[in-house]
Amino acid sequence: MMVYLLCIILFCCGLYCVLRKRNIIKIIIGVIILEYAVNLFFILTGYRMEGRAPIFSSEAEILNMVDPLPQALVLTAIVIGLATTALLVAIAIRIYEKYGTFDITEIRELKG
Amino acid sequence: MSREHEKGMSLIVKTITRLTVGLILLYGIYIVSHGHVSPGGGFAGGVIIGLSFVHLMLAYGKDVALGKLSKQASSFFENLGAMLFLGIALLGFIGGYFFLNFISKGEPFRLFSAGIIPLCNVAISLKVGAGLFGIFVALVLLKLKSERKR
Amino acid sequence: MIELYVLLIFMIIGAIIAVEIKDLLSSVVAVGAVGLGLSIVFLILKAPDVAITQLVVEILALIILIRATLKVDLPFSTSGRWFFNTLITVGFIVIFLLAAVKCLKDLPEFGYPIMRVASTYLKEGALKTGATNLVASVILDYRAYDTLGEATILFTAVIGVLAVVRKIGRKKEYEEVEEADE
Repeated sequence: MMVYLLCIILFCCGLYCVLRKRNIIKIIIGVIILEYAVNLFFILTGYRMEGRAPIFSSEAEILNMVDPLPQALVLTAIVIGLATTALLVAIAIRIYEKYGTFDITEIRELKG
Repeated sequence: MSREHEKGMSLIVKTITRLTVGLILLYGIYIVSHGHVSPGGGFAGGVIIGLSFVHLMLAYGKDVALGKLSKQASSFFENLGAMLFLGIALLGFIGGYFFLNFISKGEPFRLFSAGIIPLCNVAISLKVGAGLFGIFVALVLLKLKSERKR
Repeated sequence: MIELYVLLIFMIIGAIIAVEIKDLLSSVVAVGAVGLGLSIVFLILKAPDVAITQLVVEILALIILIRATLKVDLPFSTSGRWFFNTLITVGFIVIFLLAAVKCLKDLPEFGYPIMRVASTYLKEGALKTGATNLVASVILDYRAYDTLGEATILFTAVIGVLAVVRKIGRKKEYEEVEEADE
């Protein structure tokens, strides 16, 4: 229970960064920390006490394995997180070229 | 970060890169091909293969790296990987349904076992590696163009 | 399990440093430290596939981030109503934490999962698919549609980056039209 609470505190750090900061790069860093916290939460729910990795070995017989299903989901989620980060950084570079600044309070021209 | 950066980094970095970039590529191919026996799989191996080309570009500048794997070649490999993955999935219609594992299973712990899983790993690694190298080349070329204009 | 707690506290301190520090390059390095700690935590929780993937993907994300932050200056100003904004944000986060603590009591205890579907995969996964790596057999045989969706997302991300980065657009057409008029 304490482990889950530490994971949610990490999530709240990322959430504070997304809500309060004014620099686009800081907001992207907040999104990255949010993704790390969610992936950690998934793997934490699949752990079994005194468990082994879900890979068979040819020498010994393994009886208690951890849950392989959250690991498959998180493997997909990590690569999707990379795709999101790359697209955010590309848009941030474009904004810097057009406006000359990364500050979001000066980028307010939603004209057609 | 203008003309000098295009020619690459210092001599120490270039020597170490020359020694290790082939080993990184070989390690990536090992992780992809043993995806069904030991941890790893298509995604991790594909990213490692992409990272070896990114390493070459960071150390030597963009001309040498684009000489080894041009933009058309990386686009071709990405499309090849995606279509190979879809083709293997559609071939499952021979047996009955989509994504059926139709090749024989073989004995466990050997390299040629587990049906379509190694072929799918190879297709995914081609797609991921070429795609990530393409993203990096696009971001690098944009930055250099904007700084040259100023 | 003491090493798990030590690494989690290290990651939280790294995240606080990444959020609060004023220099952009230092905060990117701090995010790299958080990702490295996360990869070691995955190893402690007996998930080697996920640990390898997390390590190499985090390296690539750091390279792309540093490419965007070199030679950029950082605004230092704080706008008015700073105190009011921070109070509202901290209040929202406290309410979120209380709701999360209330929901956490319904989860099964840490270390004793209810494996309803996964017990079937553990029992007959190696026989039916022939692969000894059960995670690979799950992502490429039992749940292969999700892998197809992920390949599509990567494809779309590459197309999106190439579309954002292109310089050929409308401006050239307008310039040509103006020159033709003159």
